[in-house]
Amino acid sequence: MACQSQQHWNRRTLLTAGLQAGVTAAAATSMSWLTPLATKLAYAQERAPDSQAPAKSVILLWMQGGPSQRDTFDPKPQASELYSGGVKSIKTSAQGVRIAETLPLMADQMHHLSLVRSVVSREGDHARGVYNVKTGFRPDPTLVHPSIGAVMCHQLTDDLEIPRHISMLTTNTPARGGYLGDTFDAFQVGDPQQPVPDVMARVDTERDEKRRSDLFSVVEQEFARGRLRNLDEKKTLHQLSMKRAVRMMASSQLEAFSLKDVPQTKKDRFGDTSFGRACLAATQLINVGVRCVEITLGGWDSHINNTPAQASRTKIMDAAMSSMLAELDETGLLESTIVVWGGEFGRTPWLNSTSGRDHWPHGFTIALGGGGIQGGRVIGETNPEPDRDAKDETADVVDPHAVEDIHATVYKALGIDYEQEMMTPVGRPMIVAQGNAIKELF
Amino acid sequence: MKWRPIISVLICLVALGGISSSLLSTSQIGSSADWQKRPFRPDTGVLNVVAAVNGEFIDSWKNADLEAAPPASVLAVMRRASLALHGTVPSLEEIREFGPSEQMVDTLAAENDLLDRYIQYLLADRRYADYVSERFARVFVGVDAGPFLVYRRRRFQLWLSDQLFANRRYDSLCRELISGTGVWVSDPAVNFVTATITDDSQGRPDLPKLAGRTSRAFLGMRLDCLQCHDDALGTIGLSFEGMSREALQTDFHQFAAFYSQVSISLGGVQDDYRHYSYTYLGDEKDKIITPKVPFQSDLTLPAGSRRGQLATWITARQNRAFSRTAVNRVWAIIFGKPLVEPVDDIPLSGPFPPGLELLATDFSDHEYDLKRLIQIITRLDVFRISSRAAFEVTSRHEQAWTVFPLVRLRPEQVAGGIGQTARVRTINADVSYSVRQQQQQDILSFVKRYGDTGEDEFEDRGGTITQRLLMMNGNFVKDRTRSSDGANAAARIAAIAEDDEDAVQITYLCVLTRLPSKTERDHFILALHGVSAEQRERVLEDLFWTLINSTEFSWNH
Repeated sequence: MACQSQQHWNRRTLLTAGLQAGVTAAAATSMSWLTPLATKLAYAQERAPDSQAPAKSVILLWMQGGPSQRDTFDPKPQASELYSGGVKSIKTSAQGVRIAETLPLMADQMHHLSLVRSVVSREGDHARGVYNVKTGFRPDPTLVHPSIGAVMCHQLTDDLEIPRHISMLTTNTPARGGYLGDTFDAFQVGDPQQPVPDVMARVDTERDEKRRSDLFSVVEQEFARGRLRNLDEKKTLHQLSMKRAVRMMASSQLEAFSLKDVPQTKKDRFGDTSFGRACLAATQLINVGVRCVEITLGGWDSHINNTPAQASRTKIMDAAMSSMLAELDETGLLESTIVVWGGEFGRTPWLNSTSGRDHWPHGFTIALGGGGIQGGRVIGETNPEPDRDAKDETADVVDPHAVEDIHATVYKALGIDYEQEMMTPVGRPMIVAQGNAIKELF
Repeated sequence: MKWRPIISVLICLVALGGISSSLLSTSQIGSSADWQKRPFRPDTGVLNVVAAVNGEFIDSWKNADLEAAPPASVLAVMRRASLALHGTVPSLEEIREFGPSEQMVDTLAAENDLLDRYIQYLLADRRYADYVSERFARVFVGVDAGPFLVYRRRRFQLWLSDQLFANRRYDSLCRELISGTGVWVSDPAVNFVTATITDDSQGRPDLPKLAGRTSRAFLGMRLDCLQCHDDALGTIGLSFEGMSREALQTDFHQFAAFYSQVSISLGGVQDDYRHYSYTYLGDEKDKIITPKVPFQSDLTLPAGSRRGQLATWITARQNRAFSRTAVNRVWAIIFGKPLVEPVDDIPLSGPFPPGLELLATDFSDHEYDLKRLIQIITRLDVFRISSRAAFEVTSRHEQAWTVFPLVRLRPEQVAGGIGQTARVRTINADVSYSVRQQQQQDILSFVKRYGDTGEDEFEDRGGTITQRLLMMNGNFVKDRTRSSDGANAAARIAAIAEDDEDAVQITYLCVLTRLPSKTERDHFILALHGVSAEQRERVLEDLFWTLINSTEFSWNH
C-alpha cells in the first residue's frame, strides 16, 4: 500500500506550499515566526473543550488473533443463534451500555471505558491487520511506521532508567519504532513471574566493571582512532546504549517488573495467568513513569467453535482488565493513563459451518478510556444480522470510524499534534496519524 | 606491515598440534594446500573493468577535492569479505590458510593475490550460497511466514541457495521467479508468487503487492507508490532518454495487470484468462486494465502468458534498470550499504554514481554472472581501502567511498560472528550436522531477540538497549565465551598459547580478525601476568567478552 495522498495535504504543508508559491520574501519572513505559533494555537484550540492536562501513558491490551465483538463488547442477543452465537448481554456500570455476559467483572468498570463499535479497516489478514491497528497505517513496502508507544517516546522526553516502551507477552509482532528507529522499539519481557531477561551480569561486580573499563578505556579508544570525530555520539551510539543498559541493570525501577512484593490477594484478583500478572505489573510500570505498555493475550482466532474459544479468553481478560482498571482508578493513575483494548480486526457477525467466526474488519470494536478520554460512551453501531452477501460490508455500520481515528484520538488525549509531520530517514514527511480524533470521546 | 607476530602465532598453533589437526579439514572445497597452490588471478576482462571503475571513483574524488584513505590490511579485507559472503568473521583456521605467509613479499600486488584467492574460496564454499540466498530471499519474498500450505519460505530459500551455488544466470533465475508454474514444493520458484496470497485475496496472489515487489526487486523502482494516486510530488522517475513525463496511477496498475492471469489451485501456480480491474482515483466504476510496461515499451514482448511477457521485458538486455538493480543489490550485500540509496529507488535516467553503469554493462555482457560481479566488486579499491585515515574523516568521505564506510552488522552477522569466534575451527559443512543445527537454532533465537531488520536491510539503525543487554548478559555470548567449556576458544587458547602475548594475539585474531595494538597488547598482557591457570582462563574469558562487546565487533569497517 502506498502513501495516502491526504498525507501530503494537511494544514501545515498547505501553509508551507502557500508560502513557497506566492508570497514575497519579506512577507514570508514576517510570517515564518507565526507558522509554528499558529499551529500550536490551533492545536490548543482543538483541545480547548477539555481542560484536563494531557495524558501521560498508554496501556494497550492487545488481543492477538482478532477478538469477536459479539462475544465481548458488542453482543447481539436479540439476533438469531446463527448471529448471536447464543451469547447474552448484561448491564454495566455505564448507563445503557450492555456487554457480553462473559465479562461480568468488566461490567463494573464500563464507566471508565468507551466503546467504538464501528471500527472499520481494509485489512482482513492477520499480519496486515496487526500492522494497521498497531500503527494506524496500512502496510507499506517503502517503510515501517512506528507504533503509538514509539511515537510517544519520540515526542515526549523523560529521564527514566528503564525502557519507556515495553511489550509484555508478545510473541511475533511487538510494537516497533519503525522509521523512527530501533531505539523506539518496545522492550520485550515475558511473564512477570520470570526475571527480566539479560539484566543480570554473568560475573561478579568487580569482574563486570573491569570488563567494561577495559572496553571503554582501551578497545574503544583504539577503534575510534582515525575515524569520524565523536564517532559514538554521531554515528554508532554503541557506548551510549551500553551505558544506558548498564544504568538499567543497576536501577531500582526494575522492581516495577516484579510482583514479589505484591500481596497474594491482589494477585488473585488479576487472575493466576500470565496476562493477569502482566496487567498488574503494567500498573507498577506506569507508576514509575513508563510511557507505553503493550500486553498481549493470544488465542482469539476462533475459526472453529467460536463461542467456547472466545469464552476461554474473556475469562482471563475479564479478571485482569477489570482489576487493572480498578487499580489504576484507585491509585489515581487512570486520569493520566489511556487504556486501549482491541485486536487486528473483529470476527464475522455470523457463525460459519464449523460454528466458528472468521476475520471481520468491517465493523468491530475497540474500547478505550482513561487519560481524559470519556468513559461510558458508545460510538457507532453494527447491524445484528447483516446481509452476508452484501457487496459493501460496511454499508450498514452506523458512524463508521477508521482505525486511524482511534490513533488520532489517542494522540489528541496525549497532547501530541497528530497532524504534524515527522521525517523518515530518507526525508519523506509522514503525518503522525491520518485520521480524525473522535470528538464524542472528549 | 607487521606480519611476523601473526606468523609466529600461527606457527605456534600448528606446532602445538592440539588445534592444528582439526584445522586442516576442508574436504568440501579442497584442502588448504590445494588453495595455496591454485594460481588464481582474475582474468584480464575482470581486471579491466576493475581498473575502469577505480578510475571513475578516482575522478569523482578529484572533482570533490577529497583525499582517499590508504589500502586496508589483508586481514581487514578478509573480515569484510567473509561477513559479506558468509555472514560471519573468518575463523582462525581460515586466517592461517589464507592470511599472509612467511614467504610473502609485502606488496600490494601480493596482498591482492592473497585476497583474490580467499574470495574465490569464499565463493566456492556452500556457505556463500546459503548466506547470500537469504539476503535475496528477503527481497523476493520478504520475511513473513506467509500463507499456510501454499507458501514454503524455507523451501524457496534452499532452492535459491542451489541456484546461487550453481551460479545460475541471474536473468534466467529472475524469469523463473516471475513466470514460473507448478507446485510450491516441487517448483519452489513459484513461492515468489504464492508469498503474496493473503486471507483477503481469495486464493489468488495480491496483485498490487506482487507488482510492487517485482518493480522493487527487479527494476529498482517504487512503482507501488503510484497505487493510489498519480505522482504529484515527482518522486517516481519514469522519464526516459530525455522524454520527461509524470508517473501516473495507471502506470502501476497496468504493470500489475501482467499478473492478472495467475491462478492457484492444488495443481500449483498456473495462468488462466482472468482480467484485472481497478477503480482509479476519481473514477466511479472499475475498469479492465490492459497490461502495459511503464517505459521502453518498444522492446518486443513475445507471445505467451502475460507473466512470461513481463519476465522477458524485465530481463531484456536493453532494459538497463534490471542490471543496475542487480548491481546495486549485490553492492549493498557486500558493503552493507548500496551504491544508490535507497537500494530500490534508482532513477531511470541518472545521474548515476561512479561505477554503476560500468558494472551494469559488464553484468549484462557476461551472462548475468553473479560470481563474476562479486569478484569485480570485491577487487575494487573502494572495497580494499581502509576505513580510517590520517586526515580527518567526515561523512563526506564515507558518502564518496574515499574510506570504507562504517556499517552496522546485520543481526545474523553478529550472531554468526559470535558463533565462529568461539571456535577456532571453521564452522562449515565439515562440522557435524548436530553442531550446525544447534548453531542455526541459536542464531535464530538470538536474532529474534536482537531485532530482525526484516526487509529493510540497509537502513542504518541505532543500537538498542535490548541489543546491548543481550550481548553483555545473554546466554548466547555467555555459552560461547565461558572458559569452563573446553570446546570454547577461550579455554583452548588458555591451554595452548605459548605465552601471554600469544594468548592475547590469538584472541584478537579470533574475535576482531586483527592483531592488538601495542597499547592493547601491553594492557592485556599485564592482566595475564603472574596469574594462576584458573585465573588465566577467566582473564581470557573476560577478554573475549570485552572484544565481542566492542563497537568494532558489531560494525563492518
